[in-house]
Amino acid sequence: MKILVPVKRVVDFNVKVRVKADQTGVELANVKMSMNPFDEIAVEEALKLKEGGKATEVIAVSAGVAACQETLRTALAMGADRAILVETDAELQPLAVAKLLKAVVQKESAGLVILGKQAIDDDANQTGQMLAALLDWPQATFASKVEIGEGAATVTREIDGGLETVEVKLPAIITTDLRLNTPRYATLPNIMKAKKKPLDVVKPDALGVDVAPRLKTLKVAEPGKRKAGVMVKDVGELVDKLRNEAKVI
Amino acid sequence: MTALVIAEHDNTHVRGGAANAVTAASKMGGDVHVLVAGQGAAAAAADAAKLAGVAKVLHAEGAQYAGGLPENIAALVVSLAGGYSHIVTSASAFGKNFMPRVAALLDVAQVSEITGVESADTFVRPIYAGNAFATVQSMDKVKAVTVRATGFEAAAATGSAPVESIAAGADKAQSKVVSQELTKSSRPELAGARRIVSGGRGLASGENFRMLDALADKLGAAIGASRAAVDSGYCPNDYQVGQTGKIVAPELYVAIGISGAIQHLAGMKDSKVIVAINKDPEAPIFQVADYGLVGDLFQIVPELTQKL
Repeated sequence: MKILVPVKRVVDFNVKVRVKADQTGVELANVKMSMNPFDEIAVEEALKLKEGGKATEVIAVSAGVAACQETLRTALAMGADRAILVETDAELQPLAVAKLLKAVVQKESAGLVILGKQAIDDDANQTGQMLAALLDWPQATFASKVEIGEGAATVTREIDGGLETVEVKLPAIITTDLRLNTPRYATLPNIMKAKKKPLDVVKPDALGVDVAPRLKTLKVAEPGKRKAGVMVKDVGELVDKLRNEAKVI
Repeated sequence: MTALVIAEHDNTHVRGGAANAVTAASKMGGDVHVLVAGQGAAAAAADAAKLAGVAKVLHAEGAQYAGGLPENIAALVVSLAGGYSHIVTSASAFGKNFMPRVAALLDVAQVSEITGVESADTFVRPIYAGNAFATVQSMDKVKAVTVRATGFEAAAATGSAPVESIAAGADKAQSKVVSQELTKSSRPELAGARRIVSGGRGLASGENFRMLDALADKLGAAIGASRAAVDSGYCPNDYQVGQTGKIVAPELYVAIGISGAIQHLAGMKDSKVIVAINKDPEAPIFQVADYGLVGDLFQIVPELTQKL
């Protein structure tokens, strides 16, 4: 079974993003970019399945600008076998990405796709579920444990009240939550080796996908600031303030 | 113009932000219908019918809807979508799971986790973990929207809409729920609690974390946690407040031994009153707190519990 792992290039999770003065977006010039953290977890899970004999090949896929090749090289350095970049300078929204991924999944005859549950830039949490719908595959989102059996996967999911275990028929889509695993670091020898692994570049047109955006961003603004609070000296003063000033107890 | 709100429920009541999604849908400019799909969910449909602003409740009954399986729920919603301008649900684990399937099958974009409705096609939503807010306009004919519960008041239970039974769709039989392990608690549900006591790494152990119980009981509060506390195994994962956990906005949020990583702040900074108790005066949590108290939480928490 081939496993496809889509990875997204996003602003590094340690960067404090700034809204542009003209409110057209956030500042991306000279900002450190990295693989979306949830996608690192997806790569790790795919590699573990391959090491456990459940998969034959792990293919990393990205969609976006040429620089996404760096993100794919990271996936290759972690251990993915090869990579595919769907290269475009166009703004890509989740529905368009899901359509591109559908075309790649079908071309590669993948039996499982593991994605991060959301990207930490647009926080959409859509692509995996959309891909599942377009392929008419079942999905197991927000996974914290994955077991691959005969023709089905058993997945423990993080839900609002606790945990839920679902069984999905294969082929299927899995999206990762934080506690699924701890992604490995790429070692220097593996980073060197990754440079020689195959990385194919295709264009959206070649996949027959229209990637035109459906949502127009009219404005990006800073969140409302909280006004500065006060420090209290002891518990007595705290209780007094909560009772008589804030009136919340 | 009519919006269809798909309500999360537990067979007796609507839950998980469904009442807040109804409020958001009411602001989109047309009538509001609610869909309740489940097995033995008649009481939940009756509960949905009480929500203010709802014109009609559709009730679909069937074993295929019992676990909220996204493949079956999405197929049902798509079969109903023809009559609607907006498809709306809460941005809970339930809503996030099925709604993108609906959007993809209708070939429309989804607008995730809105916190504001500007007009019938324009919405406000957080991006970058709430460090920025985008105003986005949907150019699609049908708007698929998930609603962040803390952005909207819950619709009051003052209405009395008719409930109409509708035919159930086929069981796609692609997945099934094997088991659920829900955290048992007599306390209020974290996502909708009016008061929350939340603990972090400063509590130093699972045993110490239990000292929050007495304080929460005294306040009638739900208990939350930072990711650090959850990852250290002090408490179950569904306690986590933050960008990747629950987004909360209670009247009172008491952060105990929580340093205030961006990730955590994204989940609680819309709380009305924030109290921070931490031994480190430089902790970032104090920058968002209304009342800060620097000191040893192992002395402060018992004293606070006793003085309340």
